[in-house]
Amino acid sequence: MLISITLNGKKITSDVSPDALLLDWARAQGCKSVKRGCETANCGLCTVFLDDEPVLSCSVLAVRADGRRVTTLEGLQEEAREFAGFIADQGAEQCGFCNPGFVMNALALFRENPDPSVDEIKEFLAGNLCRCSGYEGQTRGILNYLAWKKARGGEGAAT
Amino acid sequence: MLTIQNYKKAESLEDAWTLNQRRGSVILGGMLWLKMGKRTVQTAIDLSGLRLDRIEETPEGWSIGCMTTLRQLELHKGLNAYTNGAVREAVRHIVGVQFRNLATVGGSVWGRFGFSDVCTLLLALDSYVELYKGGNVPLVDFLTREKDRDVLVRVIVKRTPGTFLYRSVRGSQTDFPVLACAAVLVPAENGDRLRLSVGARPGRAVLFQEEAVFRGPISEADAAAFGKAAAEHIATGSNLRGSAEYRSHLIQVLAARAALELGGADRC
Ligand SMILES: Cc1cc2nc3c(=O)[nH]c(=O)nc-3n(C[C@H](O)[C@H](O)[C@H](O)COP(=O)(O)OP(=O)(O)OC[C@H]3O[C@@H](n4cnc5c(N)ncnc54)[C@H](O)[C@@H]3O)c2cc1C
Ligand code: FES
Ligand code: FES
Repeated sequence: MLISITLNGKKITSDVSPDALLLDWARAQGCKSVKRGCETANCGLCTVFLDDEPVLSCSVLAVRADGRRVTTLEGLQEEAREFAGFIADQGAEQCGFCNPGFVMNALALFRENPDPSVDEIKEFLAGNLCRCSGYEGQTRGILNYLAWKKARGGEGAAT
Repeated sequence: MLTIQNYKKAESLEDAWTLNQRRGSVILGGMLWLKMGKRTVQTAIDLSGLRLDRIEETPEGWSIGCMTTLRQLELHKGLNAYTNGAVREAVRHIVGVQFRNLATVGGSVWGRFGFSDVCTLLLALDSYVELYKGGNVPLVDFLTREKDRDVLVRVIVKRTPGTFLYRSVRGSQTDFPVLACAAVLVPAENGDRLRLSVGARPGRAVLFQEEAVFRGPISEADAAAFGKAAAEHIATGSNLRGSAEYRSHLIQVLAARAALELGGADRC
């Protein structure tokens, strides 16, 4: 089936099978940040934005994204790099496997709620599983990032 | 793995219904549950072009299109104001935001899953299921029906007076509930009555309606008696998340707490 998706700002037309997953389609376009973790909608590793909402690309048919915008970490490099530094500073990760999905969903949180409380952070990121950390370092990294944003006079990370 | 041979975006409900009469056809909701199974689908029917992805306020209450996501429910101001936040509380523990941006109300209700927070919540409200051919059916009846090949169009929630509360017990965050419970305090002619919906028993959600009418604040003794009656009345079973005995104990505790929270002297 012929579909047309705007991926990270660029319109791409491709021929896909009816059951092709958005995850595989995005990876086939070179967006290797989109990773397959559980493939059962549990881990959050495959998070992308569909239009502006974070979704699990392992559970979306590529045909369902036809005519819509898809954003992956590759399309959010600047925003992501700034934030990821704060996560690294906390040594929040060990293997780093969960990182792409975690960063995507954290950015979705900052867009929706530029000044979240710790409880709001934990609730929003509950669908991003990390096998190595206890989430404490990541929470500290997020809080430091938000404090830095505030100190710079910005309105959180909202764009 | 889900293998799909043909994908069809329905142009109308009639189109969707007709396509769905063929063996091997399947209606897609958010596809999250469907994808867990191993099956070959001849025609996957997508309802996403039918403007059923919205919640509309009506003079009687709310009409929730089948493609409305659980996240839309969670964030809906009107439904949450009416239910004292019970709607949000019911869905906010389901996996994660990215999941709830996909999972639909239609798939959740059609599935009639025993573990369903969504069905447990809706059963406590005055809810109806609008079926394309089958018309409007009270949710309490729909939940006990066998699945057929109709299309679930909307869920209707009527605004009837009541104060609501939702609680679930989970072994760990984002897991299926061990027990789910929605309670309503309904004003009656000469006092208040309590209604309780319990899901993840682990069977499908069922209702328990207390015969007693409470005049004035509910006392600790009344609440305990309500908990005991609910636990005796509602059948539970065992699975790997909990034993029948544990679930019955949870019903007793949650029902008593709900009675006090909704109708006790300290209620806000
Ligand atoms: C990993 C995981 C964890 C979960 N945890 C929880 C939890 O803790 N609490 C909870 O309440 N739920 C939970 N669920 C269930 C979830 O919330 C949804 O209820 C479920 O995924 C079904 O919704 P869907 O939109 O994905 O439907 P789908 O998977 O697309 O469809 C489910 C069924 O309904 C049919 N269908 C869909 N829409 C219609 C329609 N309009 N008319 C007729 N038939 C239709 C489909 O053909 C299919 O048979 C979980 C699901 C998964 C996969
Ligand atoms: S790979 Fe999609 S949720 Fe785990
Ligand atoms: S750092 Fe290893 S999974 Fe998160």
